[in-house]
Amino acid sequence: MMKIHIKNGRLVDPKNGIDAEQDVYIAAGKIVAIDVAPDGFQANQVIDATSFVVCPGLVDLSVRLREPGLEYKATLESEMNAAVAGGVTSFACPPDTDPPLDEPGLVEMLKHRARNLHQAHVYPVGALTQGLQGKRLTEMAELKDAGCVVFGQPDGTLSDLRVLMQAMRYASTFDFAVWLRPQENSLTNNGVAHDGEVATRLGLPPIPVCAETVALSNIILLAKETGVKVHVCRVSSAEGIMMIRAAKQQGLPITCDVTINHIHLSDMDIGFFDSNCHMMPPLRSSKDREALRGGVLDGTIDAICSDHAPVDEDAKLLPFEQAEIGATGVELLLPLTLKWGVEINAPLIKTLSKITDASAKILGVDAGHLSVGAAADICIFDPDQYWQVLSTALLSQGKNTPFLGMELPGEIKYTIVNGQVVYDQCE
Amino acid sequence: MNSKLPDAEALLDHLVKSIQQDLDKDYALVGIRTGGVWLAERLYQKLAITKPLGILDVSFYRDDFDKVGLRAQIKRSEIPFDVNDAHILLVDDVLQTGRTTRAAINELFDYGRPASISLATLIDRDGRELPIAAQYVGAKLVLPSQQKVALKCAADGKLSLRVCDKSQTND
Amino acid sequence: MINRNPQLNKNRVLQHLLTTEGLPAAILLKILDTAESFVGVTERDVKKVPLLRGKSIVNLFFEPSTRTRTTFEIAAKRLSADVINLNIAVSAQTKGETLLDTVDNLSAMNADMFVVRHAQSGAAHLIANHVQSDIHVINAGDGRHAHPTQALLDMFTIRRYKREFHNLRVAIVGDILHSRVARSQIHALTTLGVPEVRVIAPKTLLPSMVERLGVHVYHDMSAGLKDVDVLMMLRLQNERMQTASLPSSEEYFKYYGLTPDKLSLARPDAIVMHPGPMNRGVEIDSVVADGKQSVILPQVTFGIAVRMAVMSILAGNQV
Repeated sequence: MMKIHIKNGRLVDPKNGIDAEQDVYIAAGKIVAIDVAPDGFQANQVIDATSFVVCPGLVDLSVRLREPGLEYKATLESEMNAAVAGGVTSFACPPDTDPPLDEPGLVEMLKHRARNLHQAHVYPVGALTQGLQGKRLTEMAELKDAGCVVFGQPDGTLSDLRVLMQAMRYASTFDFAVWLRPQENSLTNNGVAHDGEVATRLGLPPIPVCAETVALSNIILLAKETGVKVHVCRVSSAEGIMMIRAAKQQGLPITCDVTINHIHLSDMDIGFFDSNCHMMPPLRSSKDREALRGGVLDGTIDAICSDHAPVDEDAKLLPFEQAEIGATGVELLLPLTLKWGVEINAPLIKTLSKITDASAKILGVDAGHLSVGAAADICIFDPDQYWQVLSTALLSQGKNTPFLGMELPGEIKYTIVNGQVVYDQCE
Repeated sequence: MNSKLPDAEALLDHLVKSIQQDLDKDYALVGIRTGGVWLAERLYQKLAITKPLGILDVSFYRDDFDKVGLRAQIKRSEIPFDVNDAHILLVDDVLQTGRTTRAAINELFDYGRPASISLATLIDRDGRELPIAAQYVGAKLVLPSQQKVALKCAADGKLSLRVCDKSQTND
Repeated sequence: MINRNPQLNKNRVLQHLLTTEGLPAAILLKILDTAESFVGVTERDVKKVPLLRGKSIVNLFFEPSTRTRTTFEIAAKRLSADVINLNIAVSAQTKGETLLDTVDNLSAMNADMFVVRHAQSGAAHLIANHVQSDIHVINAGDGRHAHPTQALLDMFTIRRYKREFHNLRVAIVGDILHSRVARSQIHALTTLGVPEVRVIAPKTLLPSMVERLGVHVYHDMSAGLKDVDVLMMLRLQNERMQTASLPSSEEYFKYYGLTPDKLSLARPDAIVMHPGPMNRGVEIDSVVADGKQSVILPQVTFGIAVRMAVMSILAGNQV
């Protein structure tokens, strides 16, 4: 039986309110003690975490594995490796695969293949509608049994609001949460950049803020109507945050997340058509970015995710409009979140909460904390070590990120899942 | 240094006299930008030329484009007479390699087929790289290869010569 | 993340012409001055100079445009360059070859310069970033982004008729939203010191925050045209009626078409410009298009000289 002793580290556990130099003791895949060794504990492995932070394994609300169907962009193996190299021990994967995750068999296969790799825990987001077409409901209860934890529609909301309402109603029957990205596609209208000065200057087809707020308004009103738990994915605008804040104040069961890219970047970063900045929702103005940061700080935005989307190089070497959407990010979630925390002078425990216990709560899984008895999913990192984002430094098959070349804080030293060391930087 | 140089105005007078001997040819004067134009304007005043003065900027015909690109200040060439069957007298301030003259001759042929082209120059210095010779010469000069001689034109049109290093500006 | 100007090489001279935005006035003026000399060349019997002898210029048109391609072709030929015309819309791209594959192949055939027309904004930047440092790229129109040679020939025309830029009032009329020409015109006009640039259009044809580009926004022709020196009309695409931007071309002509009545609001010596091809009776009345204030045909003539100037300046700027 594998027993690990993590010693001399700075233990940061947001859920339990701990930020202190305390040791962690692991046996049989679980945390068996904090601070004081259990009687007769004999470790097989001692990890010296002097000057490192020991925190719950990160929980990322959006990581695309590109399986099934899109293996030329990335493979399950490469992205699972990337996740643990980023300290991520649990993540949700959106249903936008090919075919979409709309059948129990596909979900079971994905879960099975991921489990065999003995790395991070994979939580598929089931498709809300068949083929994500927005017309017919999926077998949500069956999908739940196959392993889906929540249900979503990643490419914006449904054009048929009646179908959306019914999907929400049906999900609420079983108390399933519905994850929606607020985007009214008729207002997005093939746009690729925030409708502002940059899109005007570069002549890029614009996406107005109302593409988000109109959809958000529908989501909020239908959530009220149906009583379903709604998670708003990837909010991007100041006005969107105001609407969510108001909805929360009314007591609606609504949560929301933001991508780490939108916390740091704005449409200005598109520069001269940098296709790595082609994202959805689009990077908005610096004013919106400030509002997003404020929203995370005051709790309107519950969690930060990477929205990891590995894209093959050829798909980015195209004119901005044609270049594929998305950025690789699961390995940058911690460094970029730390960078944000440093910039706003937030205590580390508060910063880490946005990518551990808060996101676990949204996902509805028991993860993101270091309580005695919990699964030993742990991330150990050096908060003061800066490293340069180079394509060679990323394990993900996608090298597409606007942060290439930048120096970021926070180097992952070890990642532990179910009491097994699945990533050791020195190996 | 300038003391060794001949007086430009004296050379101009000398040129006028030698050209006047051939005036039965009914020359059309064409100055090569920039120094050649100043000189041609002075010659034009002193000689009884019937055709209007022509100006060439040979920038588009130079053979060193691949090395140095386009010059900073290009002005358009103006040939206000019919080149066909004209006796043209090209005017340049300094004849050295012959490359500028070659470019000017090429450019003239794109305006038409002249009856003849002659060349007048104030200074004929050493360093020829092409089989080109001037019919009318103010003075012959031998200079160290790193030096160049340049014509200056005062506000009143008075001409003078000076010698400078080639690394200096070339106007 | 420092974005150095991708149009200038390490000697700070023009390597590519991608947009009029961000270029110093001195570079724009040098192009205009050089074009003056080429106007002289184009007025001769032999309209050709040997400047680019032995150079290969590839017209890489991913979007069909006989008109623009022809002016670039004439310009290149008058500089004695070899011209290769490639209409990619119907060749490689349909076989799955990517944009950069095509460029790589042509570079391997020792092309010296690419003239690129593409339906996507930023395509010329992409190519310029990709090619070897001794190759030059001229943007002949990318999506809604830029059409710098058109804007430069417009500036040339304005200077020809108005001599100076610093005392002018210029109005750009029409579909600003979708127009690469308008964007390049605005940047060129403001860089060259035009104190008042106006844009006149209905709100459905204006991009958001356009005033940040340094223009005054008008929705009404009678206010917008008052006392202007230069009117730059834009082409209205028929598809605007299908995409809920406008109700009909008739209504557009009534409110935004340039008629003699509306022209009379401008200064009596105002000039009228249009990048072509014109939709008579949609954005401009034939009486105005063919009238004595119209400089639309001279624009075409100057266009060749301006493109000769751009090609020869770029070809002469080696790293």
